[in-house]
Amino acid sequence: MENRAIFSGKTLAYLLVLPQLAVSLIFFYWPAVQAVWQSFLIQDAFGLSTEFVWFENYVALLKEPGYYHAIGVTFMFSALVVFFSMAIGLLLAVMANQNIRGVQIYRTFLIIPYAVAPAVASVLFIFMFQPGLGMIARALQRSGVDWNPVLNGNHAMILIIIVGVWNQISYNFLFFLAGLQSIPKSVIEAAAIDGARPVRRFWTIVFPLLSPTTFFLIVVNITYAFFNTLGIIDTATGGGPNGETSTLVYKVFLDGKGGSDLGGSAAQSVILMIIVVLLTAFQFRYVEKKVHY
Amino acid sequence: MKFRHFGAAAATAVSLAIAASPAHAVTEIQWWHAMTGPNNDVVVKLANDFNASQSDYKIVPSFKGSYADVLNAGIAAFRAGNAPGIMQVFEVGTATMMAAKGAIKPVSELMKEQGEKFDPQSYLPAITGYYSTSKGEMLSFPFNSSSMVMWVNLDALKKADIAAPPKTWPEVFEDARKLHATNPTCGFSSAWGSWGLIEQFSAWHNVPMGTKANGLDGFDTVLEFNTPLETKLLENLAELQKDKSYDYSGRTNTGEGRFTSGECPMFMTSSAFYPNVKANAKFAYNAVPMPYFPDVNGAPQNSIIGGASLWVMGGKSPEEYKGIAKFFTFLSDTDRQAGLHQVSGYLPITKAAYEKTKADGFYEKNPILEVPLKELTNKPPTENSRGLRFGGMVQLRDVFAEEIEAALNGKKTPKDALDSAVSRGNAMLRQFERSAVK
Repeated sequence: MENRAIFSGKTLAYLLVLPQLAVSLIFFYWPAVQAVWQSFLIQDAFGLSTEFVWFENYVALLKEPGYYHAIGVTFMFSALVVFFSMAIGLLLAVMANQNIRGVQIYRTFLIIPYAVAPAVASVLFIFMFQPGLGMIARALQRSGVDWNPVLNGNHAMILIIIVGVWNQISYNFLFFLAGLQSIPKSVIEAAAIDGARPVRRFWTIVFPLLSPTTFFLIVVNITYAFFNTLGIIDTATGGGPNGETSTLVYKVFLDGKGGSDLGGSAAQSVILMIIVVLLTAFQFRYVEKKVHY
Repeated sequence: MKFRHFGAAAATAVSLAIAASPAHAVTEIQWWHAMTGPNNDVVVKLANDFNASQSDYKIVPSFKGSYADVLNAGIAAFRAGNAPGIMQVFEVGTATMMAAKGAIKPVSELMKEQGEKFDPQSYLPAITGYYSTSKGEMLSFPFNSSSMVMWVNLDALKKADIAAPPKTWPEVFEDARKLHATNPTCGFSSAWGSWGLIEQFSAWHNVPMGTKANGLDGFDTVLEFNTPLETKLLENLAELQKDKSYDYSGRTNTGEGRFTSGECPMFMTSSAFYPNVKANAKFAYNAVPMPYFPDVNGAPQNSIIGGASLWVMGGKSPEEYKGIAKFFTFLSDTDRQAGLHQVSGYLPITKAAYEKTKADGFYEKNPILEVPLKELTNKPPTENSRGLRFGGMVQLRDVFAEEIEAALNGKKTPKDALDSAVSRGNAMLRQFERSAVK
């Protein structure tokens, strides 16, 4: 059995996964271990004096009312961003999946927002929503809405949700479109012959068959809303007003970068890491059971 | 490789003997800064002029992003063992830098060691005070300084029947209400919330923001700006915010466009806003000193600065220090300072440069540029107006701004907001005190 002999040893297998393992170790596990270590220290900005304090950074964090507020803000922000970016992405994918003239052009244009960096996307939206200067802000003010994201927490939240959703729609659109195209036409045609209208066909056949894509996107989008929206928040609201748009990851960034409080910031990032791990584990344990592959 | 060491030693001896040998290698000095646009050109020109003026040292400026980015890049570089020679750090980073003994080299010490002519008395105390120890030892070299002024749209004032720009806070409140009729979305506004409404306000009224001379005398300083005076200001602003007679414009200067667009006819922000106003305002404008409460004894006192200074990093070679010292002497030159001030709008740092600019008749043509200088030199600085030295000031400012926002949007009463700003700030100061190098 010549052929089997080549693959029997585990050496080659390990060699093949080695590059990926090395990348994971250096860029994921090593920093994570360092964050855990840093979270037990109180250190000045330049690293000239270090004190090992066990869990003091965590205790201080859990005593801070602002921290619980940030948890609430994060969950609300993430839920809304995930829901809207996926719903709109799906809607656009269904429409772009039809046989219409110039469908390729629509598809291409719908993917473009994904190429825009989050911070840049924020700047684009600030141009439109800046009170007194932005087009949309002026239109809102003229129609009687007292639009003021620098002082009104709800307005600031709406602003970062709009940017977060807009930035992520393309990604969801792309995956939903791929998912839709892999659904066998014959199934849908059979349903049509049986007399099911388009809406009914969508909810009873297409949507369930899309569930692997949907599940994958939920996991990816939650991670996006938790972590990648940092640039959006930093540029659009700076966590304000009064911390009402300060999510967990933004607080990690703010305390570590602005406050040079590396210990406290590391403790926050460890807690954040645990939250996301639990959330993902929960999804795989319970939500995935509803997925039809 | 013994002979190599010997060779190096011999080379040093030779080069010491003939002070400037033509084959002498040029010492490069890295200068990290945060200047963009025309100000970046100023930095590059200064470096080029200095490099052309002699052949032993080469200043290499490099742009590292925002002020906070430069500070973080410098900290990261120091931790990795390759900090730049000179780092431009904004005024609120002063305590962080100063606490890092060993990471920095005080400017006065550097100048003395290198035998450069250096007289602290020749600098404007209102500017150098911010960057000096309580004993008057200069820690960093002031580079770009500004102060806070009130920008007024004279056309809008006329339209609202206001004879002259306001001088006091009660006048500001009254004028803001009058302006509300013609400018319904914003009568009066301000940028840099914490800097203007708390930091400058305390100095201008000669009241302490914190104990221990606002932290200059020690890291065990305690914030105490939750007095009836500060509460009165915030109460008035919160009241005016309800109908937008006053309208908050955010924590930094992103709202400044509301003045130049004509939306907000009175706008309190940095004097460094001048080039922007000059280029964009399509109405008659002026800048006047910050308002004060006339019932406060001794008000107005003097304002404090904003901007940035140049810090010299520790652990560099003697040649680099020699070059940096020479560069600072080069920067202090009266003609150069006066020229910089007149071109860039930044404040001059030496008394001689201020006097020269006055003598040139520059302020008669550009009176606005003298307003911040008059504020800064209004009275000799006191304990309350020399400057601030609070650890973690970058984050403190965010906390103060958060609480100001809570008061203005009605989530908290002004008194509660200030109490909370003080108690949260004090907790952060204790954390900083603990981590500071003993």
